[in-house]
Amino acid sequence: MTKKLLLGVEAIGQGAIDGGMSGVYAYPGTPSTEITEYIQENEVAIARNLHREWSANEKTAMESALGMSYAGKRSMVCMKHVGLNVAADPFINAAMTGINGGMIVTVADDPSMHSSQNEQDSRFYGKFAMIPILEPSNQQEAYDMTRTGFDLSEKLGTPVLLRITTRLAHSRAGVIPVEKAVSENKLSIPDDPRQFVLLPALARKRYQLLLDNQVKFEEASENSPFNSYIDGEDHSLGIICCGIALNYLMENYPDGCHYPIVKVTQYPLPSKMVKKLEKQVDKILVIEEGYPLVEEHLKGFFENGKKILGKLDGTLPRTGELNPDIVAKALNIKTSLGSPIPEMLVNRPPALCKGCGHHDSFKALTEVMSDYGYGHVFSDIGCYTLGVLPPYNSGNSCVDMGASITMAKGAADAGLFPAVAVIGDSTFTHSGITGLLDAVYEKSNILIMIGDNESTSMTGGQDSSAFGRIESICEGAGVDSNHIHVIEALPKNHQKLVDLIRHELDYNGVSIIIPRRECIQKSARRISKSKNH
Amino acid sequence: MKCDIVLAGVGGQGILSIATVLGYAALENNFYLKQAETHGMSQRGGAVQSYLRLSDKPVYSDLIPFGKADLILSVEPMESLRYLPYLSPTGYVVTNTTAFKNVTNYPETELIMNEIKKLPRAVAIDAEAIAKEIGNSKASNMVMLGAATPFIDIDIESIENGIREIFGRKGEEIVNLNLKALHAGRAFAEANK
Repeated sequence: MTKKLLLGVEAIGQGAIDGGMSGVYAYPGTPSTEITEYIQENEVAIARNLHREWSANEKTAMESALGMSYAGKRSMVCMKHVGLNVAADPFINAAMTGINGGMIVTVADDPSMHSSQNEQDSRFYGKFAMIPILEPSNQQEAYDMTRTGFDLSEKLGTPVLLRITTRLAHSRAGVIPVEKAVSENKLSIPDDPRQFVLLPALARKRYQLLLDNQVKFEEASENSPFNSYIDGEDHSLGIICCGIALNYLMENYPDGCHYPIVKVTQYPLPSKMVKKLEKQVDKILVIEEGYPLVEEHLKGFFENGKKILGKLDGTLPRTGELNPDIVAKALNIKTSLGSPIPEMLVNRPPALCKGCGHHDSFKALTEVMSDYGYGHVFSDIGCYTLGVLPPYNSGNSCVDMGASITMAKGAADAGLFPAVAVIGDSTFTHSGITGLLDAVYEKSNILIMIGDNESTSMTGGQDSSAFGRIESICEGAGVDSNHIHVIEALPKNHQKLVDLIRHELDYNGVSIIIPRRECIQKSARRISKSKNH
Repeated sequence: MKCDIVLAGVGGQGILSIATVLGYAALENNFYLKQAETHGMSQRGGAVQSYLRLSDKPVYSDLIPFGKADLILSVEPMESLRYLPYLSPTGYVVTNTTAFKNVTNYPETELIMNEIKKLPRAVAIDAEAIAKEIGNSKASNMVMLGAATPFIDIDIESIENGIREIFGRKGEEIVNLNLKALHAGRAFAEANK
């Protein structure tokens, strides 16, 4: 079979298709987005008509994937790390219900926060849910572990968590796929009609089963072809490498490492291998990307075992992603540095695109808000977060999807006036609607600007499920239609928008202004696509 | 054969088309390859880079270690300097001279060009002008790739095949334009290295 050049995320998409998946559910989020996009454009996925539409958010995606599993088919749900916070409820409880068709929960973490608000480590969620975790070390493993992950899930009766980090997600390498995708599962309802009913009396039984299954999960790790014990002659140190950490180690030992290594790509930790290592070596270095999960586990509270080196004792940095130089330093290997960056170099922060409609919204908003001083604008997650940067300096919060509306409401409850929320159409759909219901119910004195660019743009212009229905959703949620305004986000409407914002700030209640114009990147792509056809 | 390349530019300049062509060329030669890209927020006009690693032996790290890059290939002059800590003592810098100024404090172009001139092994090329001469300034990225080819140990035929593969669906005319751009860039670098 010929080698395909695939990003880690694409390898996962291909692995899911070849593994007999019937549907992917996802909300876009860097660095996970391209898994679903790859499946959306894949010929086999199209021919089989696999489910591949975007979901409104990660929670709806997780539940839909669980529903597909309930119906006996193999499903995958994909998200970025913070998306798992949104989907945590169904995630933890899916571990309780178990699965019918195989189910993979793919989560892409973003250490170094390239495009995120934190660097939380999803492996903790896997441990919290007490389910197996897969953490591939390279693109080929990302493919193989996804493809065989459905079998693992069905064999163990549990959803499995597939955790990757940015570097694997967005790096390309040759991947050798199998000849042919396996067939999809047939439709089948669970043998036990109450398997998915988590009423307390039934849930207690499921919980006991989950606890009993831990032994099986660990056995699976011990016997996993993806975990291995690699011997080395120098026993002064043993190394545990999780996921892609192995690559950074081997980069420093291209001809083989003289220390023994335990390669961990499937959890729970393969304890026999780890214990064998501990017996043989003087001390252990744990190299893992993200939080010190394995390190903390091995170190223990009293630290009365062999010395454990890693992020907690400063051998490796606590924050950010790993790289070959960081790992070299941890092993006292000499590194080199090219020439320094000339001092006159300036940073090039990301910015709103030239001609983007958000410019028009922020220009008007900034003009009106200058009367009130800073501290009144609650922003959200999306391109428009960039309004926080110069020249607009507009926005005093950006916390999580949908928090603009609810934080503005809370601040208004506290007496802040004015309190303005700035949110995009896709973020509003994802998690803004429920907050709006709270605000309407309490007649909160807030102004909500929904910057509607008819797209989920920061992640590349995906369609949003509320397309064309933002104002009717607001009206349906109970906002007075006299206080819902749609205005085309254009420079010529500047004064009109300024007047509208002023007018609505005078209204004591929930106001909605929707500056609308299609994302210019998206319209450019649409035009170039229609030209090519 | 081992060639570690830092591709540099500004989000939206399309440095990945260069990486894709080289990727195909590498696969044709059965080389191992890893290529880390920048997706997400930085694509909105921020500094973007791609680490492209080619070798006849397995490639482990997706990232290039400091001081080990054989080549910095930048489609923007200031960006060519941002990755100097990655450049090996024997490495080359190949950079476009057309500045992409989307920040108000962009340094004077002359200062940047002086820094580039100070480098022991650098080729500075006005890729837009050369591409325009050939017929379309949009081919400037392939001019840049061409200018880098003397420093990459892959047959030029394989790189041509990569261009045919990537631009094939856009038609014969586009393929030929990009092939011409490739050779114009290559000729410039051969004459000015």
